[in-house]
Amino acid sequence: MSKSKFKNPVVKWIDHRLPVFSFMDHELNHYPTPKNLNYFWNFGSLAGFALVTMIITGIVLSMNYTAHVDYAFDSVERIMRDVNHGWLIRYIHMNGASFFFIVVYIHIFRGLYYGSYKAPRELLWILGVLILLLMMATAFMGYVLPWGQMSFWGATVITNLFSAIPLVGESIVTWLWGGFSVDNSTLNRFFSLHFVLPFVIVGVVILHLVALHRFGSNNPIGIDVRGTQDTVPFSPYYTIKDLFGLSVFLSFFAAAVFFFPNFMGHPDNYIEANPMVTPAHIVPEWYFLPFYAILRAVPDKLGGVLFMFGAIAVLFILPWLDRSPVRSSQFRPIFKIFFWILFLDCILLGYLGAMPAEGIYVILSRIATAYYFFHFLILFPLLPYIEKTKPLPISISEPVLGGGSPASAFAMREKK
Amino acid sequence: MIKGSSCFFSNNILKLLFSLVIICSSNLSLAAGEKISYPQLNWTFSGILGTFDRASQQRGLQVYKEVCSGCHGMRLLAYRNLKSIGYNDDEIKAFAAENSVNTINDDGEVVERPARPSDKFVSPYPNDKAARAANGGAYPPDLSLIVKARADGANYLHALLTGYVDAPAEKKVPDGMYYNKYYSGNLIGMPQPLYDDGVEYADGTKATPDQMAKDVTAFLAWASEPEMEDRKQLGISVMLFLLLLTALSYFAMKQIWAPIKNQ
Repeated sequence: MSKSKFKNPVVKWIDHRLPVFSFMDHELNHYPTPKNLNYFWNFGSLAGFALVTMIITGIVLSMNYTAHVDYAFDSVERIMRDVNHGWLIRYIHMNGASFFFIVVYIHIFRGLYYGSYKAPRELLWILGVLILLLMMATAFMGYVLPWGQMSFWGATVITNLFSAIPLVGESIVTWLWGGFSVDNSTLNRFFSLHFVLPFVIVGVVILHLVALHRFGSNNPIGIDVRGTQDTVPFSPYYTIKDLFGLSVFLSFFAAAVFFFPNFMGHPDNYIEANPMVTPAHIVPEWYFLPFYAILRAVPDKLGGVLFMFGAIAVLFILPWLDRSPVRSSQFRPIFKIFFWILFLDCILLGYLGAMPAEGIYVILSRIATAYYFFHFLILFPLLPYIEKTKPLPISISEPVLGGGSPASAFAMREKK
Repeated sequence: MIKGSSCFFSNNILKLLFSLVIICSSNLSLAAGEKISYPQLNWTFSGILGTFDRASQQRGLQVYKEVCSGCHGMRLLAYRNLKSIGYNDDEIKAFAAENSVNTINDDGEVVERPARPSDKFVSPYPNDKAARAANGGAYPPDLSLIVKARADGANYLHALLTGYVDAPAEKKVPDGMYYNKYYSGNLIGMPQPLYDDGVEYADGTKATPDQMAKDVTAFLAWASEPEMEDRKQLGISVMLFLLLLTALSYFAMKQIWAPIKNQ
């Protein structure tokens, strides 16, 4: 820090007292990043972009929204009809939620495929799962705000889940509602929490980034960076790649916002909430469907709730469930097959979540749910004992060398 | 080998994502559509470049006013909004003034005044209960958002309005209910609204039920999404900009990465 790297005297003066510029230079400019990252590593920055977009559009929407059961629906329509470009802001926010989840789900599956949750990135992964959980809570409460039929009945179904808790369940539900049904006080508190939780997410995202920058990004071959020959500075290499990824992402996003804004929504949410009329099918937003399927697969209410939350809970302990020292699926032939089975299983669960809970759908939901937990709780811990991994490369910039047993993979990690 | 497998990964995931989209879209329509299929019409406003047909919308407003508005309100629409379907200020003023709204005068009495362009469409009933009472307990839904509030809204609406047929012999139709082949459960509280020459179009268009159903649907589609034309137009510009940005950033990326890739 003896000689400043900044030429601008104002920047130099500030940086000497408050090293924000040094910090940014270090973390965003020189930050060494593996040079072999593929496009699946774009989704982290895209998620960050989606979060900021949601916060900015959300703040503007809140300036025109009225959180009251008699006015909420109409105030949203006023935004759509009378506020200048209100339709644009609202459609960006509405579709932004879906795109945020698309991006985050791809980001998570990328982590699963390339073993990004393994040591030393366990906390990085756990913070990510925490972000997912906060996103789900935020999205759920946000969906209630327009006060359409699905808002109201979705809120009723989901909050009622807590009544499954023995002894105190009913009291907890009353406490959550602030009354004896989903009503004005529920809407008010959901608005309040929907406003504040995104900033909590920002806080956890910052911790997520701090944890990321401690050891840097994982990479497609999943071995540690051995030196500067394996990395490139973040800027310009990954700033430009992220910009390209962002342009592609925005193209899809804009196509949805401008041409198919209601494709991912439900028509019933354009009918104002009516506690006296129950919709034929109460379906949550698509990003909750896999969890909804798990909830309904279990015949017992409390059991269903436990399994649904369990589906997220297993992700928290994933770093300790997967015993294999090899990160990337590229070197784990059996794991790779099961990864795709899990991926299809999640899609199947999503499909089943949208179907009525009857007949063959229930049976399939049970099989798919059983597989989900089998994958995490049994397959992950046992697989390293039977799987023969492929030989790992010596380094990111050097070719493959030598043996291929699990033992040699363990040894490889011991050596460094 | 490493390159090969990551390529395998990308190809597969693209295929899977594509099938995901297909699955999602098919189950959405299944969940909402109840498996009754409607004739799929070629609306001027469907598609990426679709716009509303002004003449059809204006005829549709006439159908709404002379037929639907007897029972159905459009509380989210203001008379001033009619400007965007091609009416001028004077026409709108006159159209609004045919209705009256309650207001409170300086003496605190409730009095009636003619509606103004800034007023919302006056609903036929003072409240929901009055609406139900006048219609044998069935609530005639507000039509402001009806096209967005039904799956495949435009086709559904057209089908419903033209779907009144004689009930099959085995189907019992109770008093105050009517048989409609496109309504979920087939028994609807709304009597057949559209008959030949139910309205007299000023532009000489023959007022068949099918024509009137198309026109009123065009009008209601606009009422549900008054921003649609602006949205699509802005969308085209935004897409062109993004395509350019994508191309530029792609080539910039290739150029910046060239020395690393050639190592």
